[in-house]
Amino acid sequence: MTATTNTTEPANPPAAGKSRYTILDQPKLGIKGVLGKWETLLALLFLLAFVTNGMLLPHFLDPYNLADGTFNFSEKALIALPMALLIICREIDISVAGILALSSVAMGLAMNAGFPPASLLFVALATGVACGTLNGVLVTRFGLPAIVVTIGTVSLFRGLASVVLGDKAFTGYPQVMTDWGQGYFFDFIPREFVILLVFAALFAFVLHATRWGRRIYAIGNNPVAARFSGIEVDRYRMVLFMLTGAMAGLAAFLLTGRIGSTRPNIAMGWELEVITMVILGGVSIAGGAGTIGGVMLAVLTLGTVTYGLSMANIPGIYMTIVIGLLLLVTIALPRLLRGKKVAK
Amino acid sequence: MKREMLLAASIVVLIIGVGMRAPVFITGASLANLLTDSTLLVMLALAQMLVIVTRGVDLSVASNLALSGMAAALLAANNPGLPLPVIVLAAAALGLVLGLVNGYLIGYLDLPAIVVTLGTMSVYRGLVFVLSGGAWVSSHQMPEAFIAFPLTKFLGVTNLVWIAFIVVLAAWYLASHSRFGRDLYAVGNAPSCARYVGIPMAQRLLWTYGISGLVAGVCGYLWVARYAVAYTEIAYGFEFTVIAACVIGGINIAGGTGSVAGAVLGALFLAVIGNALPVVKVSPFWQSALTGAVILVAVLINARDRKKEGRQILPLHLDNHSSPTAPVRSAA
Repeated sequence: MTATTNTTEPANPPAAGKSRYTILDQPKLGIKGVLGKWETLLALLFLLAFVTNGMLLPHFLDPYNLADGTFNFSEKALIALPMALLIICREIDISVAGILALSSVAMGLAMNAGFPPASLLFVALATGVACGTLNGVLVTRFGLPAIVVTIGTVSLFRGLASVVLGDKAFTGYPQVMTDWGQGYFFDFIPREFVILLVFAALFAFVLHATRWGRRIYAIGNNPVAARFSGIEVDRYRMVLFMLTGAMAGLAAFLLTGRIGSTRPNIAMGWELEVITMVILGGVSIAGGAGTIGGVMLAVLTLGTVTYGLSMANIPGIYMTIVIGLLLLVTIALPRLLRGKKVAK
Repeated sequence: MKREMLLAASIVVLIIGVGMRAPVFITGASLANLLTDSTLLVMLALAQMLVIVTRGVDLSVASNLALSGMAAALLAANNPGLPLPVIVLAAAALGLVLGLVNGYLIGYLDLPAIVVTLGTMSVYRGLVFVLSGGAWVSSHQMPEAFIAFPLTKFLGVTNLVWIAFIVVLAAWYLASHSRFGRDLYAVGNAPSCARYVGIPMAQRLLWTYGISGLVAGVCGYLWVARYAVAYTEIAYGFEFTVIAACVIGGINIAGGTGSVAGAVLGALFLAVIGNALPVVKVSPFWQSALTGAVILVAVLINARDRKKEGRQILPLHLDNHSSPTAPVRSAA
């Protein structure tokens, strides 16, 4: 959360040279503050989903099952991390699934051109960065709204992917991709999940503990004021778009390795699932607020719910209803509970 | 009007250009077919225009269309004796209700439109599956009259075109000559000012999304009847095509500006591209990529137009497209 609450506290003995009031950077830690936090609600929701699944589904709590369940969301969550930064910054990237598809196609082309297996990761990352750069240039250089630009580029990227792919599919990816896409560390922990945790820690550190992170919040709260206080707003935006592209490229590497092929419908509709994860994680669509912890909790909650549903043999499309309702209820409930009257 | 003229001219140039490569494209039958093909997109783009003018966006149109269309198809398939107007009304009413749900959440609860419609989009799409059990409703299950209606000709033109024509007229009246429509522009230009001058914002938004849903409902029936099949994935991803048509038509996603002519021409432009590709023997796989490129060019042109409108003392990079308040751009 942003540090908007200025708590004043009476200074005990007014020491010389010290201000009478201390303006705290963050609100004080109190029971009420903790309970009212979005992350707390999410954590409760996560526990609820977890316990319900554990009670209703006999094999849910099997550790091997739980570990394998993480495959469902790891790649999407990897894209959700930079997407959270973008949305905090008041931008959005609808084109991530298109970038992913194009990166996957680029890897297929590179593989058929005889590139060594280890270089495919860099092919995917480079494609992702190139796509992100195009988004970033259009948004920053020409001052266009990100949502329109990326609705355009998602058609473009996915279209280019389908032009190359036609109605065929690339298969026969090298072993190294299979290893990272569906492999385990110590025969137990999925590698994708470990990668996700590492990146989550990295993003959380950058967003919450560095100057760059504070500046992202500042830009999201008020881009004009941020610009006038000397923040290179456009450079931050540009880097975030490139970063999102790179993470989509990484997700393409892992996803392609996991399913072992590039098909025209790869990652179809993922952009909306990723954005749902971010919004559910408490990131404000108007920018300026949100935490990586919240996003990760939303990822785990959604992962638990969908994995439970799939274990109960409920068709996948019911999950879209659950995800949609979850999103609607979580944003509407606080508004209804608070009983905030809107001027009609 | 300049932007609309440019767009109209480029449509004509595109049609003539394709006609030179393949004369069959500019025959009457082919152009009539093109017109019929564009109608659904035209109607949806007009409804979306009203929504975008208020600074909103309705991502749930395609899912709403699929759900209403599936409901209409099931209703017709299970009750062959039911008169067609009843089925169309049912689809329209369902669409309206689904739209009003969006409108209530966005208007009265003051929630961000993009998030709400993202959520309802998933829910409505899932409900299509729940309703149909995942099964297809194919042409032989639907009554003759149900399928025949959209392509039946009246005065030499298909019913689809007539309906679209009526929708265009209605949208034109609504946007330019009714208090309701003018209020929408006010809301999109400066929400807080609109509130201060006493525009009932919540109610206006409720009905804007209601209209969007109503149009999606009617189009749901038309879509299912036109293509004589209903399945869960109907019109999947079509919401982006609809928004793209609006963007090409020069409708500013930041709200407050947009014309009926723009939305219609934007939809026609996309329809021409879609219909021209097979004629000039370009693989249909190019369609999506070309659409994307066209959108980007269109927004670039729009942005250039807007730059000429005002002069600022400092070359600010102002973007207020997602801020709920602070109307900055009009200050120049």
